[in-house]
Amino acid sequence: MAEGFHHALKISPEKCYGCTLCMNVCPTQAIRIRNGLALLISNRCIDCGECYRVCPASAIMVEQDDFRKIFDYKHRVALIPSVLLGQFPANISIDKIYGVLIELGFTHVFNVDHGAEILKSIYKTTFRSSPVKPMISSFCPAIVRLIQVKFPSLVNNILLFKPPLDISAIYMRQMIQQTGVASDDIGIFYITPCAAKIAAIKSPAEGEKSTINGVINLDSIFSMIYQRFNKTSPETNTVPAESSLSATSILWSLTRGEADHVSGNRIAIDGVQNVISFLEKLENGQTDQFDFLELRACDESCAGGVLTTINRFLTVDRLRKKSTIIKTDNKKLRHNVQAKIKESEDILLKQIHIPKIKPRSIMKLDEEMSEAIRKIRIIRDMMKILPLVDCGLCGSPGCRVFAEDIAQGYSKPEQCIFLQKKYEKNGSLTTEESNQLLREIWGSVKFDSNNDI
Amino acid sequence: MEFTFEIEGGNFSRAGSASSDLKKILNQLNIDPVIIKRIVVASYEAEVNVVAHAYSGIMKVHISTSQVLISIIDKGPGIQDIGLAMQKGYSTASPKVREMGFGAGMGLPNIQNNTDQFEIESQPGIGTKLLLTINLKS
Repeated sequence: MAEGFHHALKISPEKCYGCTLCMNVCPTQAIRIRNGLALLISNRCIDCGECYRVCPASAIMVEQDDFRKIFDYKHRVALIPSVLLGQFPANISIDKIYGVLIELGFTHVFNVDHGAEILKSIYKTTFRSSPVKPMISSFCPAIVRLIQVKFPSLVNNILLFKPPLDISAIYMRQMIQQTGVASDDIGIFYITPCAAKIAAIKSPAEGEKSTINGVINLDSIFSMIYQRFNKTSPETNTVPAESSLSATSILWSLTRGEADHVSGNRIAIDGVQNVISFLEKLENGQTDQFDFLELRACDESCAGGVLTTINRFLTVDRLRKKSTIIKTDNKKLRHNVQAKIKESEDILLKQIHIPKIKPRSIMKLDEEMSEAIRKIRIIRDMMKILPLVDCGLCGSPGCRVFAEDIAQGYSKPEQCIFLQKKYEKNGSLTTEESNQLLREIWGSVKFDSNNDI
Repeated sequence: MEFTFEIEGGNFSRAGSASSDLKKILNQLNIDPVIIKRIVVASYEAEVNVVAHAYSGIMKVHISTSQVLISIIDKGPGIQDIGLAMQKGYSTASPKVREMGFGAGMGLPNIQNNTDQFEIESQPGIGTKLLLTINLKS
């Protein structure tokens, strides 16, 4: 429905058996069941991946680029998030992980959280004096989309700065280009812990071109790295990491990672439902005054990304320990990349802005208010006769959304099995007609398979 | 079209629920988010006033394509001196209510600031009636 709105989440019709778990968990009510399959409504989906977590059939897939695509480029950069490092126990050093990534075919490995160095100085000064309050971080792309579709009055509160991922990609491209390499020969690949980052990379804001050439899912890289560890002697292949990730940058993608750098009144909230209930209060003017909100769609932020493999609390614990080690480690050695990034600060700051974010409300029933009023009347009337059991048998997530779907013309009242009984009793619907309605929702395979009983 | 919301006096844990429901409707009607914000801030303040001071109340919202009319009528102690109640910072809320973050004495002035027309009537011992108008077209 919405043009150019890319989603990384895809539903496999072969695997999906139409169970309603994804439909009921979706925070923006973006899924319906039709013909026995989950159907994604494109303009409602924010790519948070909650459906992916609950699917019992592994029918929801997160699309990624073919790994071999990296070999299209002479210079191949793996941009890795710190949470990748947190997938491995302490006895597997960062250098070893980098070593395996080089063995897999990358020519450079760079931690995206280096990009946070550029944001830190901005975060120290920006918020208290900002005329718009609170400013909301643009770090989590699922949150940016959530605000666009569900909290349109807050789009102007979103901070218009690129996240560390984009800053690091720009930085690495520049660094390699400075050695005389043409930009076309550089392939930058992000190892992503979530679906929302993919969607953001594949459909950048208007007029922008993503500097990232491809995306590889963290879970598949995790498996590739583990296979290598099993094969090779752990001593042979280590590549010194670009060292010097600062003790605070390594924590940037975790909860409070950003908020801790803000001077001013700030709060950090993780988990998409927690964020929704907070933003409801904020819109109503029912919260305290904040200068800055760090909002992340996943519980424990990126450590809980849908493509991570290790328990999120273990990841957080491991990264916090690494951060402590960095703090106490040889500081001289650990400062060269930070210093280098700082040298490029002026150039990076010029490219750090993102265009204004536009609202895309999914709540409005119609552009025309008079028509929206007509539809709201239908919803109100339907809510009086629907059973309010939220069973989902109509193919919509609960009676209220079903009533909205009826008002929009996507559903018919007689799809409700409670209403079917009433209509059959008063003779306005035959049993065969009501069977056919259920068949259209649940598919003939599911509906007709028990005919012998 | 008209919507009616009941407000329970004294129940602070439910304070704001009528305004949240109203916000949902305004969003569905595709009203400008800036105007929605003003309406919701005003209705929330009025709702909290009922919860904080009255025994019970009813919020009626009449929506047309040109304006939103909100009436909040409560049964309660009423306001002795409306002029005083309209002053910023004036509040009769108990310290306990203030501890909970309510009753800062900004309610009525805040409602007035967010509405295009503001009328208030009160009869001590009987209750208070607010009539708020927000224009949708300038």
